[in-house]
Amino acid sequence: MKITVVVRQIPDLIEPLEIDSSGTAFDLGSASFIVNESDDHALEQAILLKEAGGATVSVVALDFGDIDNTLYTAAAKGADRIIKIALADETPPPPRAAAALYAKAIQPLSPDLVLIGVQAHDELDGGLSPFLAAALGLPYVGVICGVKPGAEQGTISVCKEFPGAVMARLNVKLPVVLGIVGAEQPPRYVPVARVRAAMKTTQFEEQEAATAAVGPAVSICRLYPPASGSHAEMLAGSEDEVAARIAEILAQKGLVK
Amino acid sequence: MATVEAPRGLELLEQLGKTNDGKSPLGCMQCGLCAASCPLGEAMKFPPRKLILQAAAGNLDKVLADPSLWMCVACYTCSLRCPRGIELTDGLWPALRDAAMQQGFQPPAELQETFQNVFKYGNMLGRSPRQRMEWAKDLDVRVLDLSKEPRPVDVLWLVGCYPSYYPRNQPVARAFARLLTQLGVTWGVLGAQEKAMGECDRMAGEEGLFETLVEANRKVLDKQDFRKLVVLDPHAFRALQKFYPRYGAWYPVQHYTTFLAERLEQLKPLIARPVEAVVTYHDNCCVGRRCSCYDPPRSLLQLIPGVKLVEMARNRDNALCCGGGGGGMWLDSHIVAQGGTRLSDLRVAQAAATGADTLAVSCPYELARFEDAAKVAGVEGRLKVRDIIELLAECMDLGERNVS
Amino acid sequence: MSAQDVLVVAEIQRETLGDVTLELLAAARGLATATGGQVVALVLTADGARYAPALAAADRIVVIDDPLLAAYSPEPFVAALQEIVAAEQPRAVLIGATSIGWDLAPLLAARLNVPLVTGGKAIQPDGDALRVTASFCGGKMLAEIQVAASPAIVMVLPGAYRPSSEVGKGETERRQLAAPLSDAAVRFDQWVLPAAGDLDITQQEILVAVGRGIQQKDNLELAEGLAQTLGGAVCASRPVIDQGWLPPTRQVGKSGMTVKPRCFIALGISGAPEHIEGMKDSDLIVAVNTDPKAPIFDVAHYGVVADVLDLVPALTEALKRS
Repeated sequence: MKITVVVRQIPDLIEPLEIDSSGTAFDLGSASFIVNESDDHALEQAILLKEAGGATVSVVALDFGDIDNTLYTAAAKGADRIIKIALADETPPPPRAAAALYAKAIQPLSPDLVLIGVQAHDELDGGLSPFLAAALGLPYVGVICGVKPGAEQGTISVCKEFPGAVMARLNVKLPVVLGIVGAEQPPRYVPVARVRAAMKTTQFEEQEAATAAVGPAVSICRLYPPASGSHAEMLAGSEDEVAARIAEILAQKGLVK
Repeated sequence: MATVEAPRGLELLEQLGKTNDGKSPLGCMQCGLCAASCPLGEAMKFPPRKLILQAAAGNLDKVLADPSLWMCVACYTCSLRCPRGIELTDGLWPALRDAAMQQGFQPPAELQETFQNVFKYGNMLGRSPRQRMEWAKDLDVRVLDLSKEPRPVDVLWLVGCYPSYYPRNQPVARAFARLLTQLGVTWGVLGAQEKAMGECDRMAGEEGLFETLVEANRKVLDKQDFRKLVVLDPHAFRALQKFYPRYGAWYPVQHYTTFLAERLEQLKPLIARPVEAVVTYHDNCCVGRRCSCYDPPRSLLQLIPGVKLVEMARNRDNALCCGGGGGGMWLDSHIVAQGGTRLSDLRVAQAAATGADTLAVSCPYELARFEDAAKVAGVEGRLKVRDIIELLAECMDLGERNVS
Repeated sequence: MSAQDVLVVAEIQRETLGDVTLELLAAARGLATATGGQVVALVLTADGARYAPALAAADRIVVIDDPLLAAYSPEPFVAALQEIVAAEQPRAVLIGATSIGWDLAPLLAARLNVPLVTGGKAIQPDGDALRVTASFCGGKMLAEIQVAASPAIVMVLPGAYRPSSEVGKGETERRQLAAPLSDAAVRFDQWVLPAAGDLDITQQEILVAVGRGIQQKDNLELAEGLAQTLGGAVCASRPVIDQGWLPPTRQVGKSGMTVKPRCFIALGISGAPEHIEGMKDSDLIVAVNTDPKAPIFDVAHYGVVADVLDLVPALTEALKRS
């Protein structure tokens, strides 16, 4: 089975994101970047399928943020091919437009299965995963938390998450694009020494910047953080003072036995 | 998978014998002194002697796969007592953990997260490096941030991750800043450029991560002009004293207890009031058993009028570890799941048994560990946990409350 | 359907109409009143007419009965949706940001080549365009978005609107699709229900919820202690469940349970929308987090900026004493 995984870098929210002077976009100059968590799960799911037997894993990414470290880590985890796409501009296009960039790189790989995280927190006009499927002309289903080989050849069995810890098991004919929310186990840890070793032996296949699609416009008029703490009454003081106050509030509501 | 050939156990042990870390593990005579000395030895499936036995017998894979491999808290008791002088703590354990991770065996999840935090953010707490000076906010003494204003100083003080970010430890950092200023020493800090020294990561087996920290830290330190480094964290002291020189990064370094103990005559005039307390001192492992350093902390405590010093039955080289080293800070769940005990619980009971009302420490991990343990043991009301700096600050009017 | 109508995709799973559908109808009513159009609910399932009474808030209820819509599969659902929307050209299509919605909305937008906005919290007409307030970055950032083209698809966050008691015309119509639905690559096999035997957190009056701030599995003890003292139970946000520290039946949030206890104490939970969805209607919410800007404080009634590991033991003690 040929598996392609898409991994993305997104701004790290550990510091509040700066909004630029126009008020309609982020100023990413001082931001740091991390791998999109659900893409990490998508990669883990791919590696698990490879370890189960008979799959090859290609990883496709845009050259942005700290992507090199993510790609060397992917190599250390067992990815067979790594394709890095150069960007024409400083920042990646929004997901809907980016789908065309990825599709161009993925089409020649003729994958049976494309795994990509179902969501990234910087998405406003839709998830990359279903738009990528549309651009590739492949079927799609998302919010997937488990992928196993199917009963018949050329099929897989997947679990789609629903509320209440309920899942729907689906039988899927390949080829397909899956929006992964979680792998069957948390993404594995690879020690730094292995990543550094991968740096010495791994060759990325670098591809030229392609043109992003121009999708139907949504224009951002304003970006702003929600008024923080506008709702909660904040309690201050020493631990014991605050604890006593909370106990009082709970007692007043008849919640203390 | 980019294949790393599985090392044979014998080869690994032979390799260890060739490093600076003491004698070859192949000289082990299976006396069992290590297992008997280890505070968690009974709960380990593979205490040190069995690690060597199984590795040499060709069962390395069994050892690497076992949860027992993640129970060592780097207390050094086994290494101190090994009659063959084998470097178990600094050599064998980290090498086996490193081999395990390279083979794809997963360390406990909590430890993975700290490795990732240190790699991304330079601290195990996962806090932003830009907030590293949070401890100094609104401080009443001037803090020279050498990353912004480099200039020659006597002391480059490495504040440490917990004192920088963790609320319980921040007052200790603030008090030390006031104390340094009172001593008339020229001093500065690295601000947002300061990262963890990496000792816990090295002992937990992440040799690669440790190397990246050595590289990053030496780049920053080599740009600065200072007479010595002073650290609050005994683990940082250990890293700079023993492991950094192996990479050619040598800096004169002192733990704060040694630094202050050399200045008793300058500290005396600063004393403003007595502190009436019965104090027992917990020897931490890194500035204690691992470098045979027991007197400086005691001389500082004895300096304080009103302090009555009492010793626990297990003290100095026989002190019981708090369980926080070697990744132990994040391995409590794992250790308990394997049938071990939280060592800090045992130690606090020992402290309370002396009749002391104060447990004095000089390692940042211990404030959190012992305060939690005191709550669990139900002695919270009658046993306070204080860093030595906090006691000095109290008698010198340099603590938070005392400053107007 | 006219160009001022607002179409709501009714969500049905396991024979139940999702709460989010009623919220979408309220959103649609607000929008349609301003545009002068009708609220249309689209029911994609077999035997859909039986849900009509529950959709009384709509003016028209369009039912498509097709055996291929009996169980969920993205392809026939999107194909049916596409045909209806393309034929009727409503002003806006509202879809819940749910497991199904996350498939349907983008696929529909791609097929029709129309704009899509996710994370919708509020929608207003803006001349010929639409103004949407959208939440992203884990709830830490809002965007005011203008969407010019029509129909515009908006994925609405569960809980952004409250169901209204307004009743619409409620006329049901059955439609046949012009193009028959074909077999899909993705086929429903069966529901997998969570293992029984653990307690049902939706029945608890008091819940103590833990998130990433709990740091170690060991620290769950603290939460258990607090829960026991209050006679409640422990639950968790997704990251804790993913680690395997608690079973999935204890998960609160989008993929977990929706709870409405008398008291919900959130410990070390940042408050991402996926979690908020599952607990926002709790009577009393007390949140503890080290980050003063954590979105959880936007739904909590009381908040404390503190380390969970310090505050919880103090709170448990204070409760024991009172």
